[in-house]
Amino acid sequence: MSLDAKTVTRIARLARIGLQPGEVETLGQDMGSIIDWVEQLKEVDVMGVDPMIGTGLAKPRLREDRVTDGDCRDKVLANAPEREGPFFTVPKVVE
Amino acid sequence: MSGIHDFTLASARDALKARKISAVELTNAHIDAIERLDGQLNSFITRTPDRAREGAKAADAALAKGEGGNLCGIPLGIKDLFCTNGVRTTAASKILGNFVPPYESTVTANLLKDGAVFLGKLNLDEFAMGSANLTSAFGPVENPWKRKDSDAKLVPGGSSGGSAAAVAAGLVLGATGTDTGGSIRQPAAFTGIAGIKPTYGRCSRFGTIAFASSLDQAGPMARNLEDCAILLESMAGFDPRDSTSVDTPVPNYEASLKRGVKGLRVGIPREYYTKTGLSHDVALLWEKGMRWLQEAGATIFDVSLPHTEYALPSYYIAALAEASSNLARYDGVRFGERVSAPSLDGLYEASRAAGFGEEVKRRILIGTHVLSSGYYDAYYLRAQKVRTLIQQDFLKAFENVDVLLTPTAPSGAFAQDEKPTDPVQMYLNDVFTVPASMAGVPALSVPAGLDARGVPLGLQLIGKFFDEETLIAAGHAIEQAAAFHHRPTLHAGVSA
Amino acid sequence: MSYRITGSTGEWEIVVGLEVHAQVVSEAKLFSGASAEYGGEPNTHVSLVDAGFPGMLPVLNQECVAQAVRTGLGLEAEINLFSRFDRKNYFYADLPTGYQISQFAHPIIGKGKVLVDLADGSTREIGVTRLHLEQDAGKSIHDQDPTRSFIDLNRAGVALMEIVSEPDIRSPEEAGAYLRKLRQILRYIGTCDGNMEEGSMRADVNVSVRKPGETDYRTRCEIKNVNSIRFVMMAIEVEAQRQIEVWEAGGTVDQETRLFDHVRSETRSLRSKEDAHDYRYFPDPDLLPLVIEQSWVDELKTALPELPEAKRARLEAEYGVSRYESSVLCVEQATADFYETVARGADARLAANWMLGDFFAALNRTGRSIEDSPVSAEGLRELLGLISNSTINGKIAKEVLEDMVETGDSASAIVERKGLRQVTDTGAIESAIRDILAANTDKVDEYKSGKDKLFGFFVGQTMKAMKGKGNPALVNETLKKLLSE
Repeated sequence: MSLDAKTVTRIARLARIGLQPGEVETLGQDMGSIIDWVEQLKEVDVMGVDPMIGTGLAKPRLREDRVTDGDCRDKVLANAPEREGPFFTVPKVVE
Repeated sequence: MSGIHDFTLASARDALKARKISAVELTNAHIDAIERLDGQLNSFITRTPDRAREGAKAADAALAKGEGGNLCGIPLGIKDLFCTNGVRTTAASKILGNFVPPYESTVTANLLKDGAVFLGKLNLDEFAMGSANLTSAFGPVENPWKRKDSDAKLVPGGSSGGSAAAVAAGLVLGATGTDTGGSIRQPAAFTGIAGIKPTYGRCSRFGTIAFASSLDQAGPMARNLEDCAILLESMAGFDPRDSTSVDTPVPNYEASLKRGVKGLRVGIPREYYTKTGLSHDVALLWEKGMRWLQEAGATIFDVSLPHTEYALPSYYIAALAEASSNLARYDGVRFGERVSAPSLDGLYEASRAAGFGEEVKRRILIGTHVLSSGYYDAYYLRAQKVRTLIQQDFLKAFENVDVLLTPTAPSGAFAQDEKPTDPVQMYLNDVFTVPASMAGVPALSVPAGLDARGVPLGLQLIGKFFDEETLIAAGHAIEQAAAFHHRPTLHAGVSA
Repeated sequence: MSYRITGSTGEWEIVVGLEVHAQVVSEAKLFSGASAEYGGEPNTHVSLVDAGFPGMLPVLNQECVAQAVRTGLGLEAEINLFSRFDRKNYFYADLPTGYQISQFAHPIIGKGKVLVDLADGSTREIGVTRLHLEQDAGKSIHDQDPTRSFIDLNRAGVALMEIVSEPDIRSPEEAGAYLRKLRQILRYIGTCDGNMEEGSMRADVNVSVRKPGETDYRTRCEIKNVNSIRFVMMAIEVEAQRQIEVWEAGGTVDQETRLFDHVRSETRSLRSKEDAHDYRYFPDPDLLPLVIEQSWVDELKTALPELPEAKRARLEAEYGVSRYESSVLCVEQATADFYETVARGADARLAANWMLGDFFAALNRTGRSIEDSPVSAEGLRELLGLISNSTINGKIAKEVLEDMVETGDSASAIVERKGLRQVTDTGAIESAIRDILAANTDKVDEYKSGKDKLFGFFVGQTMKAMKGKGNPALVNETLKKLLSE
């Protein structure tokens, strides 16, 4: 079943992807068919099954508390599409 | 007489060490081949001939002194998902714009340390999302193979389509790939080469652009498993910068080629017959594979992986959920493409609308949807529970067998214009490869034959956690029996 | 005595819960090796991990985990040996990855408590629901340009502890006392410097109101990011007042996020247009679950410093100071340490008296803190020793302290330099008194006819004549003797 325009628009808004009016319907259909397809998972009995988090192979590892990084402003800013002095910039945010 | 383009990675390495050929000669020959063929194949996004020549010169200097690592002077291609210091990295997406990473991924750093020479960055599906290399913002990659009865452009598979095509056409001696749900194995099968997806955690993910963090795993792609083994040994290893990297020693993979398969227990998962819609040619090849292994001394067992049919839908939920979050950082603020707008949200929406392609957008939206309030339990949580069951299926099967043998893909390479319009049909290409990804176990694909129309088909072997050695041994037995020496229509060694 | 607000329909009770964001004291950030130090040139304490570059991965800082556990122990809370990091997904200019790594479903610390002291001398227990680790965001600077905001990521990725209280707080005073006590505990353990000006402690305040006797909670509002204890108390008061007015006008309070404007003394709705948040939490696949060992927790517990409650009780028992004195001395660990250094080897009660009186006054006057006090604990102890062994009297001691603050000289050096040694020679005292009495025969007569108050006058005159150096007890004694002759 196709996802309705309102749902598609809300999801696109959450994902911050601007959509053209024409795209909403096609996307709704595509997403709907994928969602319908994954619905088959409802057939699986998952009672008492723990969700998988990672593959369980790596051992927990913690980093020592030492400053080993940072102090590389040029690298941090080098790819910025827009900057002002030492800052990234964005359109003014009104709070 | 065999020419410079008949080298495998292993034989080139030996020739370099023996000073029968120089790294500069070898590199120049490959740069020439790229210039000749890649206009058509489109397997490179960024070529780095100057860097490559410099690297080759340094390699020759080292080799002359009897020094240099195991890959000294070997020309490779790098999937453009690995960040390379000072070389543009795109993930085949417009959204990264002219992003030049000031850092090197651990995998490529390992290869460089061993003396490898990089010829450039290879094309892929945008953010590794695709199975046909049709979603790249830099255009589709063409498979160097042709059907014997038509001139139709075939897809090389995906997402590591550029890597597969470049290796198959002899433009590089080997390439890096990444595999999230089959992105190394399926293109390897489609282009008649070998590829290994190692155990999750075997190769560091640091510096590799993420698609789905819990599934992404880098691996080698090359003409045969010997070459893959050499590459994997260099690429693999513990990395403290990746919390999911596993601290276990890297074995000598090359040595495992000689192990043989006497007494090896090979499982045939019965659900892969019934639940996957495989083609007749593929089914026949699979039978052949079983026979080859049996003849080499292995025993075949019927095994069951009962949750096979649920692997694909649960994979798409898990992978897309993670992707929706992983790709949130492409927002036009710190790097990459930016479309100006008067408000911050406007900037995000416009930059992401312009920067991401259709398939990536669709996947981000589905991933966002399955995590959103009210759907999390029904989709994401359930999918992760199913994933546990899938992993348990494998662990249980491996109590009785050492490896599993399956086809790599349900069919051979299809033509670019045969791409299914229904996204779900497209996803079904990964039906054989996704379960191993979900479980985190290693798997590889070896070329094993041609289908009725003359395009290559691959067989997949799936192994136990960190038992890539047994996989390589079994894969090599198939290689020897299959004696796959076919070459694609487009190949560096074939003069125009 | 319960706090009540009287509205037009009668009395109302307030219900408050606090979510405190406390910056963890650590060298490096929670998931990267960049410096966590406050300040620094813009975008210098930033690694490519913090800036969310492609392929960058988080690795957890052990000390930040230890700090959370220590804090949990200080709050007498459950320590969860299994916890997990989730991603909280939302877009904002100072959130480079598009998600904050936080512990949503499985926090590292569970239920605990804070005992707060109220002005009337009573104590209340405020429950702590949970404490979890999460990343701080960067900073958006809005006032540098008319059309653009500037982004500095120095704070991005610094470790925060979010400490969530139960809705147990019933008055602005309790909220203030809770925050002060929490800050005191954090500072004692050394897990957060509690510096609200630098933003290392901020609070989100959940407020609702109800009629006394109601057992259910009414709808609450969350006042975001209040950055001083005083403002928290003010915000609670004005928000409660607003809600009461809404209810009393027959309306309903909407659950929403509000902002406190201390200039206009009001709260304002922050709800942004159509955009209901949906954070899409899920376990961060770049990190493993955090599993810690009980033995490690035990080690941290053993190494924990003495906490405020215990210290206060001990000071009372060991030094005989009053409850009031002990609680003032224990506000800061440094003060308590200073006190103990003074008190060991001096008259402990005299020491408390002096610390709370002249010594604190001197600190205030010079704008110095206990850590950079102009007078060392040893110096103060020496001064008190001079009082105890009658080398100087209390009044002269004040003068000596002033001098110590000014010159940095030791008490005994000042006493010698200025010749302030107390006169205990009864002959000299008697002679000084006789001169005073002889010069004031009229006053002597008045005194003798019953004007007792003049005794003080004679003491004053004598001390003045002796330049303050007379032993007060001897002066008193001798005066009494001579006046009754």
